[in-house]
Amino acid sequence: MALKRFLMRPRFIIYAVVILGFVFLPRLLSTFNLILFEYGLTFAIVALGFNLLLGYTGLLSFGHGAYFAAGAYGVAMTAKYFPAHFSLEILIPAALLVSLIISAIFGFVCVRHTRIFFSILALALSMLLYALVFKFYHVTGGSDGLYVKIPSVFGYTFEGVRRPQFLMGFYYYFLLGVFFAALILMKGIVSSPFGKALQAIRDNEVRAELIGIRVRRYRLYAFIISGMYAGLGGALWSFVNGHVTPDVAHWVFSGEIVYMTLLGGFAVLAGPVVGALIFTFLKLYAMGSTEYWMLIIGATLIILVLVLPAGIAGGFAKLVAKISQHFATRAA
Amino acid sequence: MLKVTRLVKDFGKARIIYPTTFEVKRDEIVSLVGPNGAGKTTLVNLISGHVKVTGGKIEFLERDITYASPYHRIKMGIARNFQITNLFDNSTVLDNIRICLFSVYGKIKRGILPATHYKAITEEAAEVLDTFGIGDKKEVFPGNLSEGDKKVLDTAMAFALKSKFLLLDEPTSGVATGDKFKVMDTIISAIKKERMACLIIEHDMDIVSDYTDRVLVLAEGTIIADGKPKEIMEQSNVKEVLFGVKA
Repeated sequence: MALKRFLMRPRFIIYAVVILGFVFLPRLLSTFNLILFEYGLTFAIVALGFNLLLGYTGLLSFGHGAYFAAGAYGVAMTAKYFPAHFSLEILIPAALLVSLIISAIFGFVCVRHTRIFFSILALALSMLLYALVFKFYHVTGGSDGLYVKIPSVFGYTFEGVRRPQFLMGFYYYFLLGVFFAALILMKGIVSSPFGKALQAIRDNEVRAELIGIRVRRYRLYAFIISGMYAGLGGALWSFVNGHVTPDVAHWVFSGEIVYMTLLGGFAVLAGPVVGALIFTFLKLYAMGSTEYWMLIIGATLIILVLVLPAGIAGGFAKLVAKISQHFATRAA
Repeated sequence: MLKVTRLVKDFGKARIIYPTTFEVKRDEIVSLVGPNGAGKTTLVNLISGHVKVTGGKIEFLERDITYASPYHRIKMGIARNFQITNLFDNSTVLDNIRICLFSVYGKIKRGILPATHYKAITEEAAEVLDTFGIGDKKEVFPGNLSEGDKKVLDTAMAFALKSKFLLLDEPTSGVATGDKFKVMDTIISAIKKERMACLIIEHDMDIVSDYTDRVLVLAEGTIIADGKPKEIMEQSNVKEVLFGVKA
Protein backbone atom coordinates (compact mmCIF):
# COMPACT_ATOMS: atom_id res chain seq x y z
CA MET A 1 0.00 0.00 0.00
CA ALA A 2 2.81 2.34 0.92
CA LEU A 3 4.36 1.82 -2.49
CA LYS A 4 1.06 2.54 -4.21
CA ARG A 5 0.59 5.75 -2.29
CA PHE A 6 4.16 6.72 -3.17
CA LEU A 7 3.53 6.10 -6.85
CA MET A 8 0.34 8.15 -6.80
CA ARG A 9 2.08 11.27 -5.57
CA PRO A 10 2.00 13.98 -8.27
CA ARG A 11 5.64 14.77 -7.61
CA PHE A 12 6.64 11.23 -8.51
CA ILE A 13 4.63 11.33 -11.72
CA ILE A 14 6.42 14.51 -12.77
CA TYR A 15 9.80 12.90 -12.05
CA ALA A 16 8.87 9.80 -14.03
CA VAL A 17 7.75 11.86 -17.04
CA VAL A 18 10.92 13.94 -16.97
CA ILE A 19 13.21 10.91 -16.71
CA LEU A 20 11.37 9.04 -19.50
CA GLY A 21 11.51 12.18 -21.61
CA PHE A 22 15.26 12.43 -21.11
CA VAL A 23 15.78 8.76 -21.96
CA PHE A 24 13.89 9.03 -25.25
CA LEU A 25 15.28 12.42 -26.18
CA PRO A 26 17.78 11.08 -28.78
CA ARG A 27 14.79 9.87 -30.83
CA LEU A 28 12.95 13.16 -30.55
CA LEU A 29 15.64 15.76 -31.15
CA SER A 30 17.83 16.38 -34.18
CA THR A 31 21.56 15.67 -33.79
CA PHE A 32 22.23 19.37 -33.55
CA ASN A 33 19.69 19.95 -30.81
CA LEU A 34 20.70 16.84 -28.92
CA ILE A 35 24.34 17.90 -28.81
CA LEU A 36 23.19 21.31 -27.66
CA PHE A 37 21.18 19.59 -24.97
CA GLU A 38 24.31 17.73 -23.89
CA TYR A 39 26.15 21.02 -23.55
CA GLY A 40 23.22 22.11 -21.42
CA LEU A 41 23.49 19.04 -19.20
CA THR A 42 27.19 19.59 -18.53
CA PHE A 43 26.51 23.22 -17.65
CA ALA A 44 23.64 22.05 -15.45
CA ILE A 45 26.09 20.03 -13.33
CA VAL A 46 28.35 23.08 -13.07
CA ALA A 47 25.50 25.40 -12.11
CA LEU A 48 24.25 22.85 -9.58
CA GLY A 49 27.62 22.96 -7.84
CA PHE A 50 27.85 26.71 -8.19
CA ASN A 51 24.50 27.07 -6.46
CA LEU A 52 25.71 25.14 -3.40
CA LEU A 53 27.91 28.17 -2.87
CA LEU A 54 25.50 30.93 -3.96
CA GLY A 55 22.09 29.65 -2.89
CA TYR A 56 22.99 27.56 0.12
CA THR A 57 26.15 29.12 1.56
CA GLY A 58 25.54 32.70 0.45
CA LEU A 59 28.83 33.20 -1.40
CA LEU A 60 28.81 34.62 -4.94
CA SER A 61 31.80 33.32 -6.88
CA PHE A 62 32.78 35.11 -10.07
CA GLY A 63 35.52 32.61 -10.76
CA HIS A 64 33.91 29.25 -11.20
CA GLY A 65 35.26 29.04 -14.73
CA ALA A 66 38.61 28.20 -13.12
CA TYR A 67 37.36 24.88 -11.70
CA PHE A 68 35.49 24.10 -14.90
CA ALA A 69 38.80 24.67 -16.71
CA ALA A 70 40.59 22.51 -14.13
CA GLY A 71 38.29 19.60 -15.01
CA ALA A 72 38.44 20.20 -18.76
CA TYR A 73 42.22 20.61 -18.81
CA GLY A 74 42.55 17.66 -16.45
CA VAL A 75 41.06 15.56 -19.25
CA ALA A 76 42.86 17.27 -22.13
CA MET A 77 46.28 17.15 -20.48
CA THR A 78 45.89 13.52 -19.56
CA ALA A 79 45.25 12.97 -23.27
CA LYS A 80 48.43 14.84 -24.10
CA TYR A 81 50.77 13.35 -21.49
CA PHE A 82 49.32 9.91 -20.77
CA PRO A 83 47.71 8.88 -24.07
CA ALA A 84 47.72 5.24 -22.99
CA HIS A 85 45.27 5.98 -20.17
CA PHE A 86 42.66 7.78 -22.20
CA SER A 87 39.55 6.07 -20.94
CA LEU A 88 36.52 7.52 -19.14
CA GLU A 89 36.95 5.57 -15.90
CA ILE A 90 40.39 7.14 -15.42
CA LEU A 91 39.69 10.56 -16.89
CA ILE A 92 36.69 11.47 -14.75
CA PRO A 93 38.42 10.74 -11.40
CA ALA A 94 41.54 12.52 -12.71
CA ALA A 95 39.47 15.60 -13.57
CA LEU A 96 37.81 15.47 -10.14
CA LEU A 97 41.23 15.27 -8.48
CA VAL A 98 42.60 18.24 -10.44
CA SER A 99 39.55 20.38 -9.63
CA LEU A 100 39.74 19.26 -5.99
CA ILE A 101 43.34 20.46 -5.74
CA ILE A 102 42.74 23.76 -7.53
CA SER A 103 39.53 24.56 -5.60
CA ALA A 104 41.13 23.60 -2.27
CA ILE A 105 44.03 26.01 -2.89
CA PHE A 106 41.89 28.85 -4.28
CA GLY A 107 39.14 28.21 -1.74
CA PHE A 108 41.58 28.37 1.15
CA VAL A 109 42.36 31.96 0.11
CA CYS A 110 38.81 32.98 -0.86
CA VAL A 111 36.85 31.85 2.21
CA ARG A 112 38.83 34.26 4.36
CA HIS A 113 36.46 36.91 3.03
CA THR A 114 32.75 37.19 2.30
CA ARG A 115 30.43 39.27 0.11
CA ILE A 116 32.02 41.37 -2.65
CA PHE A 117 35.56 40.70 -1.39
CA PHE A 118 35.00 36.99 -1.83
CA SER A 119 33.59 37.51 -5.34
CA ILE A 120 36.51 39.68 -6.47
CA LEU A 121 39.09 37.35 -4.96
CA ALA A 122 37.51 34.36 -6.71
CA LEU A 123 37.50 36.32 -9.96
CA ALA A 124 41.14 37.38 -9.56
CA LEU A 125 42.30 33.83 -8.88
CA SER A 126 40.40 32.45 -11.86
CA MET A 127 42.03 35.08 -14.09
CA LEU A 128 45.38 33.99 -12.69
CA LEU A 129 44.65 30.46 -13.83
CA TYR A 130 43.50 31.83 -17.18
CA ALA A 131 46.81 33.70 -17.62
CA LEU A 132 48.80 30.58 -16.71
CA VAL A 133 46.90 28.38 -19.15
CA PHE A 134 47.10 31.05 -21.83
CA LYS A 135 50.86 31.70 -21.51
CA PHE A 136 52.28 28.21 -21.04
CA TYR A 137 51.94 27.34 -24.69
CA HIS A 138 54.12 24.25 -24.63
CA VAL A 139 52.31 22.73 -21.68
CA THR A 140 48.71 23.74 -22.24
CA GLY A 141 48.55 24.60 -25.93
CA GLY A 142 48.02 28.28 -25.14
CA SER A 143 45.30 29.97 -27.14
CA ASP A 144 45.24 27.01 -29.58
CA GLY A 145 43.91 24.86 -26.79
CA LEU A 146 44.08 21.08 -26.72
CA TYR A 147 42.26 18.45 -28.73
CA VAL A 148 40.17 15.88 -26.86
CA LYS A 149 39.62 12.66 -28.79
CA ILE A 150 36.86 10.14 -28.13
CA PRO A 151 37.75 8.21 -24.97
CA SER A 152 37.60 4.46 -24.51
CA VAL A 153 35.49 2.85 -21.79
CA PHE A 154 36.79 -0.14 -19.81
CA GLY A 155 38.95 -1.24 -22.69
CA TYR A 156 36.27 -0.73 -25.32
CA THR A 157 37.45 1.74 -27.95
CA PHE A 158 35.06 3.60 -30.21
CA GLU A 159 37.29 3.10 -33.24
CA GLY A 160 35.78 4.31 -36.47
CA VAL A 161 32.93 5.95 -34.57
CA ARG A 162 32.54 9.63 -35.38
CA ARG A 163 31.90 12.16 -32.64
CA PRO A 164 28.21 12.89 -33.38
CA GLN A 165 27.48 9.17 -33.36
CA PHE A 166 29.39 8.77 -30.10
CA LEU A 167 27.52 11.69 -28.57
CA MET A 168 24.11 10.45 -29.69
CA GLY A 169 24.64 6.93 -28.48
CA PHE A 170 26.65 5.78 -25.52
CA TYR A 171 27.81 9.18 -24.33
CA TYR A 172 24.33 10.67 -24.04
CA TYR A 173 23.24 7.96 -21.62
CA PHE A 174 26.51 8.13 -19.72
CA LEU A 175 26.06 11.88 -19.34
CA LEU A 176 22.46 11.44 -18.29
CA GLY A 177 23.48 8.89 -15.61
CA VAL A 178 26.20 11.13 -14.23
CA PHE A 179 23.83 14.10 -14.26
CA PHE A 180 21.14 12.29 -12.26
CA ALA A 181 23.72 10.93 -9.83
CA ALA A 182 25.07 14.47 -9.33
CA LEU A 183 21.54 15.83 -8.87
CA ILE A 184 20.57 13.18 -6.29
CA LEU A 185 23.86 13.65 -4.45
CA MET A 186 23.30 17.41 -4.34
CA LYS A 187 19.76 16.88 -3.06
CA GLY A 188 21.27 14.73 -0.30
CA ILE A 189 23.92 17.30 0.54
CA VAL A 190 21.57 20.25 0.85
CA SER A 191 19.05 18.46 3.06
CA SER A 192 21.67 16.74 5.26
CA PRO A 193 22.91 18.14 8.57
CA PHE A 194 25.93 19.45 6.67
CA GLY A 195 23.65 21.28 4.24
CA LYS A 196 21.64 22.70 7.14
CA ALA A 197 24.89 23.97 8.65
CA LEU A 198 25.72 25.74 5.38
CA GLN A 199 22.30 27.37 5.33
CA ALA A 200 22.76 28.38 8.96
CA ILE A 201 26.05 30.05 8.00
CA ARG A 202 24.32 31.82 5.11
CA ASP A 203 21.54 33.13 7.36
CA ASN A 204 23.53 34.08 10.42
CA GLU A 205 27.27 33.68 10.49
CA VAL A 206 27.69 34.94 14.07
CA ARG A 207 25.14 32.58 15.57
CA ALA A 208 26.44 29.65 13.52
CA GLU A 209 29.87 30.17 15.04
CA LEU A 210 28.32 30.29 18.50
CA ILE A 211 26.49 26.99 18.23
CA GLY A 212 29.77 25.29 17.44
CA ILE A 213 29.95 25.35 13.64
CA ARG A 214 33.41 26.15 12.31
CA VAL A 215 32.23 28.71 9.79
CA ARG A 216 35.37 29.18 7.72
CA ARG A 217 36.06 25.46 7.49
CA TYR A 218 32.52 24.69 6.36
CA ARG A 219 32.70 27.43 3.75
CA LEU A 220 35.85 25.78 2.46
CA TYR A 221 34.14 22.38 2.30
CA ALA A 222 31.27 23.94 0.35
CA PHE A 223 33.76 25.66 -1.93
CA ILE A 224 35.59 22.41 -2.66
CA ILE A 225 32.40 20.43 -3.35
CA SER A 226 31.22 23.26 -5.57
CA GLY A 227 34.55 23.35 -7.38
CA MET A 228 34.46 19.58 -7.94
CA TYR A 229 30.99 19.81 -9.47
CA ALA A 230 32.36 22.48 -11.80
CA GLY A 231 35.32 20.24 -12.58
CA LEU A 232 33.05 17.28 -13.31
CA GLY A 233 30.97 19.47 -15.62
CA GLY A 234 34.14 20.67 -17.31
CA ALA A 235 35.42 17.15 -17.87
CA LEU A 236 32.12 15.97 -19.36
CA TRP A 237 31.94 19.11 -21.48
CA SER A 238 35.40 18.53 -22.94
CA PHE A 239 34.24 15.27 -24.61
CA VAL A 240 31.19 16.98 -26.09
CA ASN A 241 33.19 19.93 -27.34
CA GLY A 242 36.22 17.89 -28.44
CA HIS A 243 38.48 20.84 -27.88
CA VAL A 244 39.52 22.80 -24.78
CA THR A 245 40.62 26.43 -24.88
CA PRO A 246 41.65 28.87 -22.11
CA ASP A 247 38.37 30.79 -22.61
CA VAL A 248 36.68 28.52 -20.09
CA ALA A 249 38.87 29.93 -17.31
CA HIS A 250 38.03 33.51 -18.30
CA TRP A 251 35.68 35.54 -16.12
CA VAL A 252 33.23 35.96 -19.00
CA PHE A 253 32.48 32.24 -18.80
CA SER A 254 32.29 32.47 -14.99
CA GLY A 255 29.74 35.22 -15.51
CA GLU A 256 27.71 32.89 -17.72
CA ILE A 257 27.58 30.35 -14.87
CA VAL A 258 26.21 33.08 -12.59
CA TYR A 259 23.71 34.04 -15.29
CA MET A 260 22.45 30.45 -15.70
CA THR A 261 21.88 30.12 -11.98
CA LEU A 262 20.01 33.42 -11.75
CA LEU A 263 17.96 32.53 -14.82
CA GLY A 264 16.77 29.29 -13.23
CA GLY A 265 16.59 30.65 -9.69
CA PHE A 266 18.99 29.97 -6.84
CA ALA A 267 16.41 29.36 -4.13
CA VAL A 268 15.28 25.99 -5.52
CA LEU A 269 17.41 22.92 -6.11
CA ALA A 270 16.36 22.41 -9.73
CA GLY A 271 16.73 26.12 -10.55
CA PRO A 272 20.31 26.01 -11.86
CA VAL A 273 19.50 22.93 -13.98
CA VAL A 274 16.56 24.66 -15.66
CA GLY A 275 18.64 27.82 -16.04
CA ALA A 276 21.59 26.03 -17.63
CA LEU A 277 19.42 24.19 -20.17
CA ILE A 278 17.47 27.29 -21.16
CA PHE A 279 20.59 29.44 -21.32
CA THR A 280 22.38 27.03 -23.65
CA PHE A 281 19.52 27.08 -26.16
CA LEU A 282 18.83 30.79 -25.70
CA LYS A 283 22.44 31.73 -26.34
CA LEU A 284 22.88 29.57 -29.42
CA TYR A 285 19.59 30.52 -31.06
CA ALA A 286 20.18 34.18 -30.21
CA MET A 287 23.64 33.92 -31.78
CA GLY A 288 22.20 32.21 -34.84
CA SER A 289 19.48 34.75 -35.47
CA THR A 290 21.23 38.06 -34.93
CA GLU A 291 24.70 39.44 -34.48
CA TYR A 292 23.36 41.52 -31.61
CA TRP A 293 22.76 38.37 -29.56
CA MET A 294 24.34 39.91 -26.49
CA LEU A 295 21.52 42.43 -26.50
CA ILE A 296 19.01 39.58 -26.19
CA ILE A 297 20.96 37.97 -23.33
CA GLY A 298 21.30 41.32 -21.56
CA ALA A 299 17.65 42.25 -22.04
CA THR A 300 16.62 38.83 -20.69
CA LEU A 301 18.70 39.44 -17.57
CA ILE A 302 17.10 42.85 -16.99
CA ILE A 303 13.58 41.49 -17.46
CA LEU A 304 14.44 38.59 -15.19
CA VAL A 305 15.68 40.79 -12.36
CA LEU A 306 12.69 43.14 -12.62
CA VAL A 307 9.86 40.68 -13.20
CA LEU A 308 11.06 37.31 -11.94
CA PRO A 309 13.72 37.79 -9.24
CA ALA A 310 13.26 34.19 -8.10
CA GLY A 311 14.19 32.89 -11.57
CA ILE A 312 12.18 30.67 -13.85
CA ALA A 313 12.07 27.57 -11.62
CA GLY A 314 11.70 29.74 -8.52
CA GLY A 315 8.78 31.61 -10.08
CA PHE A 316 7.18 28.32 -11.11
CA ALA A 317 7.56 26.90 -7.59
CA LYS A 318 5.89 30.01 -6.18
CA LEU A 319 3.04 29.67 -8.67
CA VAL A 320 2.49 26.01 -7.73
CA ALA A 321 2.52 26.91 -4.03
CA LYS A 322 -0.03 29.65 -4.65
CA ILE A 323 -2.36 27.37 -6.61
CA SER A 324 -2.22 24.55 -4.05
CA GLN A 325 -2.83 27.06 -1.28
CA HIS A 326 -5.82 28.39 -3.19
CA PHE A 327 -7.32 24.91 -3.44
CA ALA A 328 -6.52 24.15 0.19
CA THR A 329 -8.40 27.22 1.40
CA ARG A 330 -11.27 26.43 -0.95
CA ALA A 331 -11.59 22.92 0.42
CA ALA A 332 -11.55 24.21 3.97
CA MET B 1 32.55 26.55 38.09
CA LEU B 2 33.28 29.87 36.40
CA LYS B 3 35.95 32.02 37.96
CA VAL B 4 36.75 35.49 36.68
CA THR B 5 39.86 37.12 38.14
CA ARG B 6 40.80 40.78 37.68
CA LEU B 7 39.29 40.85 34.19
CA VAL B 8 39.98 44.02 32.20
CA LYS B 9 38.72 45.18 28.83
CA ASP B 10 39.75 48.25 26.88
CA PHE B 11 38.19 49.44 23.65
CA GLY B 12 40.91 51.67 22.26
CA LYS B 13 41.81 54.05 25.07
CA ALA B 14 38.49 53.68 26.87
CA ARG B 15 38.43 51.19 29.71
CA ILE B 16 35.06 49.43 29.72
CA ILE B 17 35.70 46.77 32.36
CA TYR B 18 37.88 47.66 35.35
CA PRO B 19 39.53 44.79 37.22
CA THR B 20 36.54 42.58 37.98
CA THR B 21 36.52 39.43 40.07
CA PHE B 22 33.61 37.08 40.69
CA GLU B 23 32.66 33.45 40.68
CA VAL B 24 29.64 31.35 39.69
CA LYS B 25 29.21 28.02 41.43
CA ARG B 26 27.66 24.82 40.18
CA ASP B 27 23.84 24.84 39.93
CA GLU B 28 23.81 28.52 40.77
CA ILE B 29 21.61 31.04 39.01
CA VAL B 30 23.22 34.44 39.23
CA SER B 31 21.88 37.69 37.87
CA LEU B 32 23.94 40.59 36.64
CA VAL B 33 22.33 43.99 37.04
CA GLY B 34 23.49 47.51 36.46
CA PRO B 35 22.62 50.75 34.69
CA ASN B 36 22.91 51.17 30.92
CA GLY B 37 26.51 51.27 29.74
CA ALA B 38 27.85 49.56 32.85
CA GLY B 39 29.46 46.87 30.67
CA LYS B 40 27.09 43.95 31.28
CA THR B 41 26.94 42.77 27.69
CA THR B 42 30.69 43.30 27.29
CA LEU B 43 31.24 41.05 30.29
CA VAL B 44 29.07 38.34 28.71
CA ASN B 45 30.91 38.79 25.40
CA LEU B 46 34.24 38.33 27.19
CA ILE B 47 33.10 35.12 28.84
CA SER B 48 31.64 33.67 25.65
CA GLY B 49 34.80 34.57 23.76
CA HIS B 50 32.97 36.88 21.41
CA VAL B 51 35.27 39.75 22.37
CA LYS B 52 38.97 39.43 23.18
CA VAL B 53 40.21 39.99 26.73
CA THR B 54 42.67 42.83 27.51
CA GLY B 55 43.86 41.51 30.84
CA GLY B 56 43.02 39.20 33.72
CA LYS B 57 41.95 35.61 33.73
CA ILE B 58 38.83 33.52 33.07
CA GLU B 59 38.73 29.97 34.37
CA PHE B 60 36.04 27.41 33.63
CA LEU B 61 35.99 24.04 35.42
CA GLU B 62 39.52 24.76 36.70
CA ARG B 63 40.85 25.37 33.21
CA ASP B 64 42.18 28.64 31.90
CA ILE B 65 39.99 29.74 28.98
CA THR B 66 41.08 33.40 28.84
CA TYR B 67 42.35 33.03 25.29
CA ALA B 68 40.33 30.01 24.12
CA SER B 69 38.34 30.45 20.87
CA PRO B 70 34.53 30.71 21.04
CA TYR B 71 34.38 27.29 19.39
CA HIS B 72 36.40 25.64 22.20
CA ARG B 73 34.36 27.40 24.87
CA ILE B 74 31.18 26.02 23.34
CA LYS B 75 32.69 22.55 23.22
CA MET B 76 33.62 22.94 26.91
CA GLY B 77 30.05 23.86 27.75
CA ILE B 78 29.57 27.61 27.72
CA ALA B 79 26.55 28.69 25.68
CA ARG B 80 24.86 32.04 25.30
CA ASN B 81 21.79 33.71 23.90
CA PHE B 82 21.56 37.19 22.44
CA GLN B 83 19.94 40.38 23.62
CA ILE B 84 18.86 41.17 20.08
CA THR B 85 17.51 37.84 18.84
CA ASN B 86 19.96 36.10 16.59
CA LEU B 87 18.23 33.25 14.75
CA PHE B 88 18.44 31.38 11.45
CA ASP B 89 15.61 33.21 9.76
CA ASN B 90 15.24 30.99 6.69
CA SER B 91 15.07 27.74 8.65
CA THR B 92 12.01 26.51 10.52
CA VAL B 93 11.85 26.69 14.31
CA LEU B 94 12.48 22.95 14.45
CA ASP B 95 15.56 23.27 12.23
CA ASN B 96 16.93 26.09 14.36
CA ILE B 97 17.05 23.67 17.28
CA ARG B 98 18.03 20.69 15.16
CA ILE B 99 21.16 22.42 13.87
CA CYS B 100 22.26 22.99 17.47
CA LEU B 101 21.69 19.32 18.31
CA PHE B 102 23.56 18.12 15.22
CA SER B 103 26.43 20.29 16.34
CA VAL B 104 26.35 18.94 19.90
CA TYR B 105 26.30 15.31 18.81
CA GLY B 106 29.06 15.86 16.26
CA LYS B 107 26.79 14.89 13.37
CA ILE B 108 26.95 18.25 11.65
CA LYS B 109 29.54 16.94 9.17
CA ARG B 110 27.26 14.18 7.86
CA GLY B 111 26.59 15.12 4.28
CA ILE B 112 24.57 12.45 2.47
CA LEU B 113 21.43 11.43 4.36
CA PRO B 114 18.72 14.03 4.84
CA ALA B 115 18.33 15.64 8.27
CA THR B 116 14.94 13.97 8.71
CA HIS B 117 16.71 10.59 8.69
CA TYR B 118 18.10 11.31 12.19
CA LYS B 119 14.87 10.51 14.02
CA ALA B 120 16.27 10.58 17.58
CA ILE B 121 17.62 14.09 17.08
CA THR B 122 14.40 15.29 15.48
CA GLU B 123 12.45 13.93 18.44
CA GLU B 124 14.80 15.53 20.91
CA ALA B 125 14.49 18.87 19.12
CA ALA B 126 10.71 18.58 19.41
CA GLU B 127 11.13 17.82 23.12
CA VAL B 128 13.24 20.92 23.65
CA LEU B 129 10.56 22.99 21.94
CA ASP B 130 7.90 21.40 24.15
CA THR B 131 9.94 22.18 27.26
CA PHE B 132 10.05 25.82 26.22
CA GLY B 133 6.35 25.88 25.38
CA ILE B 134 6.67 26.49 21.64
CA GLY B 135 6.19 22.86 20.53
CA ASP B 136 3.20 23.80 18.37
CA LYS B 137 5.27 26.17 16.23
CA LYS B 138 7.75 23.63 14.79
CA GLU B 139 7.16 24.41 11.13
CA VAL B 140 6.88 28.17 11.54
CA PHE B 141 9.69 30.44 10.33
CA PRO B 142 11.21 32.63 13.05
CA GLY B 143 10.12 35.78 11.21
CA ASN B 144 6.49 34.87 11.90
CA LEU B 145 6.96 34.35 15.65
CA SER B 146 5.97 36.90 18.24
CA GLU B 147 8.79 38.84 19.89
CA GLY B 148 8.39 36.79 23.06
CA ASP B 149 8.55 33.48 21.22
CA LYS B 150 11.63 34.64 19.33
CA LYS B 151 13.32 35.32 22.65
CA VAL B 152 12.31 31.92 23.96
CA LEU B 153 13.61 30.24 20.80
CA ASP B 154 16.91 32.10 21.10
CA THR B 155 17.29 30.85 24.66
CA ALA B 156 16.16 27.35 23.67
CA MET B 157 18.96 27.24 21.09
CA ALA B 158 21.55 28.06 23.75
CA PHE B 159 19.89 25.48 26.01
CA ALA B 160 19.94 22.81 23.28
CA LEU B 161 23.73 22.98 23.16
CA LYS B 162 23.70 20.92 26.37
CA SER B 163 26.04 23.34 28.01
CA LYS B 164 27.04 23.33 31.64
CA PHE B 165 26.96 27.10 31.89
CA LEU B 166 24.45 29.37 30.24
CA LEU B 167 24.89 33.09 29.61
CA LEU B 168 21.54 34.81 29.14
CA ASP B 169 21.60 38.40 27.96
CA GLU B 170 18.21 39.93 28.82
CA PRO B 171 16.07 36.90 27.98
CA THR B 172 12.91 38.91 28.58
CA SER B 173 13.68 42.23 26.86
CA GLY B 174 11.07 42.96 24.22
CA VAL B 175 8.64 40.49 25.78
CA ALA B 176 5.27 41.92 26.76
CA THR B 177 5.21 42.71 30.51
CA GLY B 178 2.40 40.24 31.15
CA ASP B 179 4.37 37.39 29.54
CA LYS B 180 7.70 38.05 31.23
CA PHE B 181 7.10 35.78 34.20
CA LYS B 182 5.72 33.01 32.03
CA VAL B 183 8.84 33.16 29.86
CA MET B 184 11.14 33.18 32.89
CA ASP B 185 9.22 30.29 34.45
CA THR B 186 9.82 28.11 31.39
CA ILE B 187 13.48 29.10 31.06
CA ILE B 188 14.38 28.71 34.74
CA SER B 189 12.56 25.40 35.18
CA ALA B 190 14.32 23.99 32.09
CA ILE B 191 17.69 25.14 33.43
CA LYS B 192 17.01 23.71 36.88
CA LYS B 193 15.95 20.40 35.38
CA GLU B 194 19.29 20.05 33.60
CA ARG B 195 21.22 21.39 36.61
CA MET B 196 22.97 24.08 34.60
CA ALA B 197 24.67 27.11 36.09
CA CYS B 198 23.49 30.38 34.69
CA LEU B 199 24.40 34.06 34.51
CA ILE B 200 21.45 36.26 33.57
CA ILE B 201 21.53 39.92 32.66
CA GLU B 202 18.22 41.42 33.76
CA HIS B 203 16.70 44.84 34.28
CA ASP B 204 13.49 43.83 35.97
CA MET B 205 14.10 43.77 39.73
CA ASP B 206 11.07 41.56 40.36
CA ILE B 207 12.53 38.89 38.10
CA VAL B 208 15.92 39.26 39.75
CA SER B 209 14.57 38.71 43.22
CA ASP B 210 12.11 35.96 42.22
CA TYR B 211 14.35 33.78 40.10
CA THR B 212 17.99 34.20 41.01
CA ASP B 213 20.11 32.97 43.92
CA ARG B 214 22.62 35.75 43.85
CA VAL B 215 23.01 39.22 42.36
CA LEU B 216 26.08 40.93 40.97
CA VAL B 217 25.75 44.68 40.60
CA LEU B 218 27.93 46.15 37.89
CA ALA B 219 28.46 49.90 37.68
CA GLU B 220 30.96 51.77 35.49
CA GLY B 221 32.82 48.60 34.64
CA THR B 222 33.29 47.09 38.05
CA ILE B 223 31.29 45.03 40.53
CA ILE B 224 30.10 47.10 43.46
CA ALA B 225 27.94 44.55 45.24
CA ASP B 226 27.56 40.77 45.39
CA GLY B 227 25.01 38.94 47.51
CA LYS B 228 21.44 37.69 47.99
CA PRO B 229 18.84 39.74 46.12
CA LYS B 230 16.96 40.90 49.24
CA GLU B 231 20.12 42.08 51.02
CA ILE B 232 21.60 43.75 47.97
CA MET B 233 18.52 45.87 47.35
CA GLU B 234 18.88 47.43 50.74
CA GLN B 235 22.44 48.65 50.24
CA SER B 236 22.65 52.40 49.70
CA ASN B 237 25.25 52.37 46.94
CA VAL B 238 23.19 49.85 44.98
CA LYS B 239 20.05 51.93 45.35
CA GLU B 240 21.95 54.90 44.05
CA VAL B 241 23.23 53.30 40.84
CA LEU B 242 20.11 51.30 40.09
CA PHE B 243 17.31 53.63 41.08
CA GLY B 244 19.08 56.97 41.30
CA VAL B 245 18.03 57.35 44.93
CA LYS B 246 20.53 59.15 47.14
CA ALA B 247 20.64 57.65 50.61
